[in-house]
Amino acid sequence: MSHVPNINFFKATTGLKSWLFTLDHKRIGLMYLGFIWFSFFLGGIFALLLRLELLFPNGWFLTDRQYDQLFTLHGAVMVFLFIIPSIPASLGNFFLPIMIGAKDVAFPRLNLASFYIYVVGAVFGIGSMLIGAVDTGWTFYTPYSTSTDTAVITMTLAAFILGFSSILTGVNFLATVHNMRAKGMTWFKMPLFVWSLYATAVIQILATPVLGITLLLLILEKTINIGIFDPSLGGDPILFQHFFWFYSHPAVYIMILPAMGLMSEMISTFSRRSIFGYRFMAYSSIAIAIIAFLVWGHHLFVSGQSMYANMIFSFLTYLVAIPSGIKVFNWMATMYKGSLDLKTPFLYALAFIFLFTIGGVTGIFLAALAVDIHLTDTYFVVAHFHYVMVGGTVMAFIGGMHYWWPKMIGKMYNEYWARVACFLIFLGFNLVFFVQFIMGSKGMPRRYHTYLDQFQPLHAFSTYGSWVLGLGFLVMIIYLIHSIFYGEKAPANPWNGITLEWKTESPPVLENFDKVPEITHDPYDFAAVDGKKYE
Amino acid sequence: MASATSNLSLVHSGGVNFPLAVGEAAYRVDALYFFIYFLSAVTFFGIVGALIYFVIKFRRRPDHQIALNQMTHSTALEIAWTVIPLILVSIIFVWGYTAYLKNIVPSSDAKEMRAIGRKWSWTFEDPTTGLRTNNELVVPLHQPIRLIMSSEDVIHSLFIPNLRVKQDVLPNHYTTLAFTADRAGRYQIFCTEFCGDGHARMLANLVVLDDADYVKWQADQKAASSATLPLNELGKKVSTDQGCFSCHSVDGSKSIGPSWKGIYGANRQLVGGKSAKADDNYLRRAIVDPAAEITAGYAPMMPTYAGKLSDQEMAGIIEYIRTIK
Ligand code: HEC
Ligand SMILES: [Cu+2]
Ligand SMILES: [Cu+2]
Repeated sequence: MSHVPNINFFKATTGLKSWLFTLDHKRIGLMYLGFIWFSFFLGGIFALLLRLELLFPNGWFLTDRQYDQLFTLHGAVMVFLFIIPSIPASLGNFFLPIMIGAKDVAFPRLNLASFYIYVVGAVFGIGSMLIGAVDTGWTFYTPYSTSTDTAVITMTLAAFILGFSSILTGVNFLATVHNMRAKGMTWFKMPLFVWSLYATAVIQILATPVLGITLLLLILEKTINIGIFDPSLGGDPILFQHFFWFYSHPAVYIMILPAMGLMSEMISTFSRRSIFGYRFMAYSSIAIAIIAFLVWGHHLFVSGQSMYANMIFSFLTYLVAIPSGIKVFNWMATMYKGSLDLKTPFLYALAFIFLFTIGGVTGIFLAALAVDIHLTDTYFVVAHFHYVMVGGTVMAFIGGMHYWWPKMIGKMYNEYWARVACFLIFLGFNLVFFVQFIMGSKGMPRRYHTYLDQFQPLHAFSTYGSWVLGLGFLVMIIYLIHSIFYGEKAPANPWNGITLEWKTESPPVLENFDKVPEITHDPYDFAAVDGKKYE
Repeated sequence: MASATSNLSLVHSGGVNFPLAVGEAAYRVDALYFFIYFLSAVTFFGIVGALIYFVIKFRRRPDHQIALNQMTHSTALEIAWTVIPLILVSIIFVWGYTAYLKNIVPSSDAKEMRAIGRKWSWTFEDPTTGLRTNNELVVPLHQPIRLIMSSEDVIHSLFIPNLRVKQDVLPNHYTTLAFTADRAGRYQIFCTEFCGDGHARMLANLVVLDDADYVKWQADQKAASSATLPLNELGKKVSTDQGCFSCHSVDGSKSIGPSWKGIYGANRQLVGGKSAKADDNYLRRAIVDPAAEITAGYAPMMPTYAGKLSDQEMAGIIEYIRTIK
């Protein structure tokens, strides 16, 4: 093996080409991080515009069609370009190999290929906006999607292509976890973030092809008129909904599992405490990955699905909720008697528990059949999934990004401004979405461009909140970019973490470690490290 | 009540969470909702309370740098917080399912009505009277209703917040919605499945009338529909409602029956070699006693409409046929 210079991965090679053709998982992870945040801000601008339009009951600067296109793009960009790849493709790519003591992922070239496939998918998706953006909602329900004259084919093609990127990343991670662990890194010495990425990869590989096939069938129906979903051609529109949610419900767990993994890392490190119920946490990730495939029908409670099917899907939905609840309790138990360091990443972890609990309990309302009938397709559902996806995944993602920012970039961000941003984001988020629960249970349907006058004060309140939320993100971008250029140099281990990524320099050296680390203790064994005798 | 012109406000009626409940289904939904609400509040405040306590109590301080213990698991605790939630959600599941069944299964004495959705309006019909209304569903108070729904184009969904009922309306399949309203008044109906540009304007009203008002409403409707329309338009409407156009065209093309185009005043060849001039009386006979004179070239397929049409309507149809030249 050739000798690798002991030099940080930023400086090892330079120039644009050294990035575009890199096979280093860290660089690929960072490039993903850039694109993913770009997508987030694009989707975020759409969201701000939507809220602004909803300030008045009859709209004021968009046509019906433009509004429909905007909420579709907001959903499609946030789901396909941002939240599905978010944690695995960026932080996962960067840290999965390091955390198991590997030099890289199992297939570095494939990794770069997934990145470019993602870029191509993004180009298609964003390109579709220029040639007549879709107005179907990100769910593309038939027969509306087969009858609209907007660019459904381009956008579904984008989702189809992005699916491949997701599948390939999943394959790569599975292979990496199976084959690349350092000596002594047994399965139960793996950090929980790695476990969660493993479970996520399983879902990505098993579920994403179903979406691909479904979208392909939709495209075939639209182009050569074979009747699959469109009743006027002899198809069944509800079949589309089954196929679609067979992917898209498990996709919810593609979004949340890695976030839960990050939570375990941050809570353990900032509590200086071994994680409570490690094995249970690892197994529950796998349990979620399996049960997640059996609950898609809860999106079809009012579609005309049989009441027995509804009964079974309702029951299974409760089952999948239990492991998530257990995780929350285990994090709490981890904090108990810990030494809690209230740094920004930990504040995001606290925000996660707060918001995700609201997202979780409101899910219980929606799984209760009788109650769901009233609440489905209202703002209650909109609020619920934003509490889970933003309150859960996005909080953990931002927290994780701060947690590892010093490691990835080698610079410290400004702690004061980071806390200010965290507070604004937390506050703004609640202002936008909490009131939407009430709007929903009061009867306000979702995807409405215009609404009854009586809902105006509630809508306006939500819109004002969106400005606070937007401001929070603005502050965040400013101090993060500032830190890249002017930040203090980060030490190798700013938070005194004990997983492997803290044993290499910040930023890591070219092949991650000068010398492959020895695995001497469990990932969260603070007792061993702190040397104090615990009873 | 029948005189109220605007719908009961959703935001300003009922409590903080719901619009006013006006039927059994709604009471069941609300009861379960508040049960879950209570459990959720206990869970949420329990968790947040503990978080705040931990943050204050175990916050890192100069004299508290490392954790006080490193407990890695506790089987008893883990079983407790698996089993207790499992029991609670099982209760909610059974409650949710049984309430759902009661809500969707119509009672045996339910009055059947039809709803048809299209981009972007609703039509409701009472098949027993043939009364048809657009964007307004009128039902008697306390009367169980079973709506049989279908769509002419994409998927829609019919949602009545005050009754807490909702059901998708499909293009290839009938779906049904059961409800009983126990308070007279006007209520909002929404479309809740995205269906394009006019989705947010695909609104309708539910009008619940007590018996006296309902009878009066029906009479008014009948009178209005016959009194206000010009005769030939009334004829066109009645022909449409009665389904004449499934067998007759107005453009001269032959269907199951002869086209109406140009028949008024013409000489008609009948089976048996006779012929007759199609004047008002001929046409009237053709409608109330079609078997008496069969037009040559056609099978005696036309049902009789004796007793189904008022004099006014009959006159309307004949007048309408006269205008089709
Ligand atoms: C099931 C099909 C069917 C329906 C429904 C139907 N008709 Fe007919 N109709 C026929 C057929 C077949 C004939 C020709 C045989 C006959 O004279 O009975 C006919 C003949 C007639 C004629 C005589 C035309 C001529 O050639 O002189 C009139 C007038 C007429 N229909 C009016 C009506 C009206 C008005 C309605 C609705 C209230 C109606 N029909 C509904 C099948 C139908
Ligand atoms: Cu789901
Ligand atoms: Cu609609």
